[in-house]
Amino acid sequence: MSNPLYAGRNRRNKIAVSLALVATAIGLGWLAIILGTLLWKGFSGINLQVFTEMTPPPGGTGGLLNPIIGSLIMTSLAVVIGTPIGILAGTYMAEYGRYSKITSYVRFINDILLSAPSIVIGLFVYEIMVYPMGHFSGWAGAVALSLIVIPVVVRTTEDMLLLVPNQQREAAFALGMPQAYVIRNVCYKAAQAGMLTGVLLAVARISGETAPLLFTALNNQFWTTDLNAPMGSLPVVIFQFALSPYEDWQRLAWAGALIITMAVLALSITARTLGGAKKAI
Amino acid sequence: MTNVAMRSSAAESAAPTQSAILNKLRGRDAIFHMLTRIAALGVLLTLGGVIVSLIFGAWPALSTFGFDFLFTASWNPVTEKFGALAPIYGTLVTAIIALVIAVPIGLMVAMFLTELCPMALRRPIGIAIELLAGIPSIIYGIWGLFVFAPFLQQTLQPFLISSFSSIPVLSTLFAGPPYGIGILTAGLILAIMVLPFITSISRDVFETVPPVLKEAAYGMGCTTWEVMRNIVLPYSRVGVVGGVMLSLGRALGETMAVTFVIGNAHRISGSILAPGTTISASIANEFTEAVDLMHSSSLVALGLILFVITFIVLAIARFLLMYVERQR
Amino acid sequence: MSIDTTTTFRDSFSSSGKMPVAKDSAGLEERVLVRNLDFFYGESKALKSISVPLYRNKVTAFIGPSGCGKSTLLRVLNRMYELYPKQHAEGEVLFDGANILDEKQDLNLLRARIGMVFQKPTPFPMSIYDNIAFGIGLYEKLPRSELDGRVETALRRAALWSEVKDKLNSSGLSLSGGQQQRLCIARTVAVKPEVILLDEPCSALDPISTAKIEELIEELKDDYTIVIVTHNMQQAGRVSDFTAFMYLGELVEFDSTEKIFTSPGDKRTQDYITGRFG
Repeated sequence: MSNPLYAGRNRRNKIAVSLALVATAIGLGWLAIILGTLLWKGFSGINLQVFTEMTPPPGGTGGLLNPIIGSLIMTSLAVVIGTPIGILAGTYMAEYGRYSKITSYVRFINDILLSAPSIVIGLFVYEIMVYPMGHFSGWAGAVALSLIVIPVVVRTTEDMLLLVPNQQREAAFALGMPQAYVIRNVCYKAAQAGMLTGVLLAVARISGETAPLLFTALNNQFWTTDLNAPMGSLPVVIFQFALSPYEDWQRLAWAGALIITMAVLALSITARTLGGAKKAI
Repeated sequence: MTNVAMRSSAAESAAPTQSAILNKLRGRDAIFHMLTRIAALGVLLTLGGVIVSLIFGAWPALSTFGFDFLFTASWNPVTEKFGALAPIYGTLVTAIIALVIAVPIGLMVAMFLTELCPMALRRPIGIAIELLAGIPSIIYGIWGLFVFAPFLQQTLQPFLISSFSSIPVLSTLFAGPPYGIGILTAGLILAIMVLPFITSISRDVFETVPPVLKEAAYGMGCTTWEVMRNIVLPYSRVGVVGGVMLSLGRALGETMAVTFVIGNAHRISGSILAPGTTISASIANEFTEAVDLMHSSSLVALGLILFVITFIVLAIARFLLMYVERQR
Repeated sequence: MSIDTTTTFRDSFSSSGKMPVAKDSAGLEERVLVRNLDFFYGESKALKSISVPLYRNKVTAFIGPSGCGKSTLLRVLNRMYELYPKQHAEGEVLFDGANILDEKQDLNLLRARIGMVFQKPTPFPMSIYDNIAFGIGLYEKLPRSELDGRVETALRRAALWSEVKDKLNSSGLSLSGGQQQRLCIARTVAVKPEVILLDEPCSALDPISTAKIEELIEELKDDYTIVIVTHNMQQAGRVSDFTAFMYLGELVEFDSTEKIFTSPGDKRTQDYITGRFG
């Protein structure tokens, strides 16, 4: 077709299509560059010491054992605190209170908390725990992280329960079951893969969180499992070490960054293969 | 049989063990119902708690400085004069830079994914972009500090300074020297961070366009771009704006990626190459070191301002996205 | 309940003059009596003053074009509609002398006594065994051996035992559609209800599975009062003793199935039966 109008349209289309291609290349290229640098710099810093020794003083050598343990402790605690609350709230929204006004308010607020600045969560926990108690603590860090877990779990629990067909519920009610029984034995069973995905996504989300830990758990360069004392965590140590002038510390920061990224990617990929849950944005 | 008897509950004629077991179960049902309700209300309570505790913590600063706090640029722990203008300015400017760059790119990627990409590649690329969204912000921060900032210092920044030096307004906007770190670098890092969000939300929204509509347009002989411009974008604009607002909320509140590369200087400079600060970066950097009450209270006040701004932005975003959801 | 009492029932209703009385109803016992039932979805009225008896040990079929309210009526009988907001029923549904629409009616017990099988098979996401044991365990704490026996009885009752006895621990979802539906019937039967509601139980099944379910219904009526909603007139003719024809939320005609299919009293019934609409 040699219609000049058509030629123009075609040209515009070609330009747009190429721009889209370029944009995608940029987006994926950035991912590749970031991951590439991370692998390169991170792997050169990773050795057995990283996993077996404590954080070193400036200029010394050492590893990341105490912040790794600290992160594991606080993350697990946050999940233990946050998951039941999140599942209960999500259950209310999808089951007991599906048609109630409260649910629409809770959903709206929860969606906002889902993307609220995490540093504000840190300030909040500082005000309600650290300040009254008079000292930073692992507990405060765990609570701050759990406040980030809750909205993610609430969201996925509600979404997943809403996907359970009503027929399934009716069939259970038709046997004369009380609602709690229906929810726990039928709805949870049907939605469990998706709900587990939600928890995994929440863990992925908090394992890299730094801002809420800065003034709750603070940091601790020594070995501790005392939750009443300040507790080191991988992200905070990365933050501190990366901004330091010491090369050994910077190398450890890169190694830590690689560990976190790998953990987060592994968690997200597992969650995705489990399927079900929409990503919680 | 009398009417009174007829009114009695049918339950009475059932086996007594049945009702006994049921009564127990029903008791548990009531407890479980209660627990879920408390948890749901707890979510609302958290929000209330955040606001109240921030107001409480910010009160010393707010009552001392009043509304001037919002419009004062000085930030001096020694004289105890604090104003939020510089961090607010930095927060807004970095977020705007991020969106100006990330929105067009994100939309184009989403268009690529929904309209152009071969089916076999759609899922892998989509997943890759979502994984990018999951990378913790501290990774972007450390990458920005050690890789991206030095790179900008040697390439883009000198180029910008020299090429705009003779153009009136732009010469101030891009005034030297090239520090590497600064407002522009922070904006660019934020752009990389929010790009995956914008892409994946836009893609989701684009996919709500009924295939029949697109098929009708293609059937008329429209090109891919024309379908995109005239059908997909108009149909999904509310959702796209919602997604952009959501990303804006993220960009405004982002802490770690920015803290590494912003330079942490409490000043407002005409040049976007100069170091500056954002609300979250100021809090992250200074909060644990703020010894006197007025300093820490001013930082909490900054947190309150940030929370209010992001709350409004995110609320608008959710309203728009809820509208899209309901339309579906 | 003796025949005497039902006579009293009928006498007390005869003043309204609306209760339809089937031709061959002499000597039958009304297990459930629906009387002047109205049902609303929000503002719109879906059932208009329905009155109909459901006889013990008989199969009553509800037929009519889609949207006529037959499924709605079924969902009133075990108050399934209560799960959703803005739906309510007015009037009376008498079961053992009590109005099940009464606020004080215990819903769990009611539903244990009036079981329901749905249009699509609804096996729970658990093993075949647990699908059955689950409902039993709700009301009775039984030792394992006794529970095994009850599960087997229920599965035999649903003519499924021989097909699943070697894979009781595999998921209920692994069965074919017809088997799933019989599993759901077994699950309903296991709770020992008195009335069984079947909501188009064969509409998602192939002809062979349908035949099996129909046989099953025939057997089950010895022990239960059965209500079936179907859009398949042949099916209604095959399995039911009484048939009610509904149209636009009204009960047009109720009588013995034979009478409805051979000499319907209403023009609309005749038109529907002979396939002139619907």
